[in-house]
Amino acid sequence: MADTRSILLVGVGGQGTILASKILSTGLVEAGYDVKMSEIHGMAQRGGSVSTQVRFGKEVHSPIIGRGAADILVSFEAMEALRWLEYLKPDGKVIVNDYKIPSVPILMGKVDYPEGIIEDIKEKADTWVVDAAKIAMELGNAKVMNIVLLGALVKAMDLTDIDWEQVIRNNVKEKFIDINIQAFRKGMEAVELAKA
Amino acid sequence: MKKLLTGNEAVALGAYEAGIHFASAYPGTPSTEILENIAANYKDDIISEWAPNEKVAVEAALGASIAGARSLAAMKHVGLNVAADPFFTIGYTGVNGGMILVAADDPGLHSSQNEQDNRYYARHAKVAMIEPSNSQEAKDMVIKAMEISEEFDTLVLMRMTTRICHSKSLVEVGERKEVPIKPYKKDLQKYYVAPAVAKQLHVKVEERLKRLEEFSNETDLNYVVWNTDKIGVISSGVAYEYAKEVFGDKASYLKLGFTHPLPMKKIKEFAEKVETLYVVEELEPYIEDQVKAHGIKCIGKDKIPNIWELNPEIVAATLLDDQAHIIDYDKSKVVNRPPTLCAGCPHRGFFYGLSKRKNVMITGDIGCYTLGGAPPLNAMDTTICMGASISLGHGANKIFEKFNKDMKVVSVIGDSTFFHTGINSLMDVVYNRSNIITCILDNRVTSMTGQQDNPGTGYTIHGEGTNVVEIEDLVKAVGIKHVRTVNPLKLDELKAAFDWAFGLDEPSVIISRWPCVLKKLSEIDKKEFEPLAGKCYVEVEKCIGCKMCVNTGCPAIHFDKENKKSAIDQVQCVGCELCMQVCPTKAIIKVGE
Repeated sequence: MADTRSILLVGVGGQGTILASKILSTGLVEAGYDVKMSEIHGMAQRGGSVSTQVRFGKEVHSPIIGRGAADILVSFEAMEALRWLEYLKPDGKVIVNDYKIPSVPILMGKVDYPEGIIEDIKEKADTWVVDAAKIAMELGNAKVMNIVLLGALVKAMDLTDIDWEQVIRNNVKEKFIDINIQAFRKGMEAVELAKA
Repeated sequence: MKKLLTGNEAVALGAYEAGIHFASAYPGTPSTEILENIAANYKDDIISEWAPNEKVAVEAALGASIAGARSLAAMKHVGLNVAADPFFTIGYTGVNGGMILVAADDPGLHSSQNEQDNRYYARHAKVAMIEPSNSQEAKDMVIKAMEISEEFDTLVLMRMTTRICHSKSLVEVGERKEVPIKPYKKDLQKYYVAPAVAKQLHVKVEERLKRLEEFSNETDLNYVVWNTDKIGVISSGVAYEYAKEVFGDKASYLKLGFTHPLPMKKIKEFAEKVETLYVVEELEPYIEDQVKAHGIKCIGKDKIPNIWELNPEIVAATLLDDQAHIIDYDKSKVVNRPPTLCAGCPHRGFFYGLSKRKNVMITGDIGCYTLGGAPPLNAMDTTICMGASISLGHGANKIFEKFNKDMKVVSVIGDSTFFHTGINSLMDVVYNRSNIITCILDNRVTSMTGQQDNPGTGYTIHGEGTNVVEIEDLVKAVGIKHVRTVNPLKLDELKAAFDWAFGLDEPSVIISRWPCVLKKLSEIDKKEFEPLAGKCYVEVEKCIGCKMCVNTGCPAIHFDKENKKSAIDQVQCVGCELCMQVCPTKAIIKVGE
């Protein structure tokens, strides 16, 4: 449907795409949107390429999209952004984590991790490059990379009216609340800085 | 109150609200979370259990139903193949308390070995079928299924698919309606299905189907959304949502939620009112074939593929020739990212050791260890279905022996899969005297589906302590004389066991026993296994760049092409020491212990 917006979050099994999508979906529901979210479990989670789709609007029908249909692609890993780029609308936006996870053929030295991926993506779409790994490490926990990217997504999609910090408080363990909120803010800033 | 739930969570909620008393399942993607959620959230109201396999789950649920309770069994699509025997006969007996069987298909084979469309099962076994299109319907239909089951004395098959199971949408949360169990009545003419009884039951089944078709024509589970007489769409399940996405209000819809028997009267009336009729289905032409058999013209699988997963893009492109606008770019740069065994996975050492053997046929099975067949380990020749490793290996061994082929058969199966159906196959090995090596990879948990307990772990679905089925005792009890248990993280121990087993002229069992690296060790585990500690680290000056460590396929190890040395990611490494054992120059040391 015309007013439905589609977010595609991609990455590698174990990167926390599902938690980020859960917080995103919860916030959107609380803001009064109809929301559908689709995720993949099972074998692909063992270090494979994973994707989660979140669609929201007045009334959402399909939980998934086909190619050329995402308003924004948030990639938790650089090469995954290029793998899933065909799912982006030609005028869609990309947030890409400047972070590489080599897959098995690369680990084994059979092929190289492809060069110039970020440049390729920039050439094709309106792109924000976020160094979420660096930001997360500076905050003291590499795992909050996912929330940095969530912050970037919220800013890029102009969804800042929602009280995300409250949603984060409700969805992460008490001792991780502060670091996640900081990660979220840093993610928003990262998009702002890239824009400036 | 509305909650954002997956289809699986919604089924669990539906089971609670419908007053279901008993639920049993064997884990299988995409169905696993149904029982997990029932167990976690409704423990006081619903008896919930992991069964050793789907057949057992269905029979236990039938027993509960005959005893008067409302019951549920859940499984992935291929699980119904295992449970087909009781399933077909329940088609004859019917039920006492309401009974629902939830089967989840996996179009697109996200985590499965085939793409079967289980809707045919309902027709084949002559039971009622419902198909939800979203989470709200999933919940509502479980409740409705109980009414249908009890009113028509039939099992209800609920056909889900991956995108229903694992998509979240909003669900209105209600209250549980307590339903008293029905009295148990010994009724030989219903449940004692000897041939003479079954003969009479078949007559009743055909009468029941007629009444169910009338119901199908009347129920609001099958409804029309009228917009235009130009285009009509008949659809069910998630495909209905795709059709709505594509056609919007430019088509009228006959939305089918109750799909066996199909509402042929309703379908005919709808077809007569529209100029062009589409049947939009994922996978097979289940609805379309029946519509066409009634002489109704429609467009379906001549345009929409019956392979892989459907989505709105495919519906738009195939039916409306509306091609998606896709960014044009060079995708060839992107390197494959196949799933892989985790860093520290105990299966890695096992397959590494096995991969060194020559003249072997390695018959594999279904689980995380199926990944042992992928590069670089490449230590598997077949994977067919749960339990097949052993029986398939048995048959192959018989042929190799008779025709004097120099081939040894090694069958590889996980702990949970062994309990599932492997045990029967091992009896075949003993009874029919083949000479294969059966390797049971006992990682103390059902891993692939996300860490479920099983008869070997010592805990129930609720984490309560229970009896342990000891694999070693079990295989000895069926008649295996040669059994060894090894730690797969110790390559020398493993090699000794293989040498020993390859030298025997009788069947043997090697139990490769170490907990899954993702498992949170239980109290029982803690008594047996010392947790891994420290990290492995490459001393660059000693590394000769031979890639031996890289060839274990550990995702924590990578080969640095520039300086031609291996390196280990200290975040991913769990210190299993496998790489240390394969390194010829002892360049890998343990740090931080």
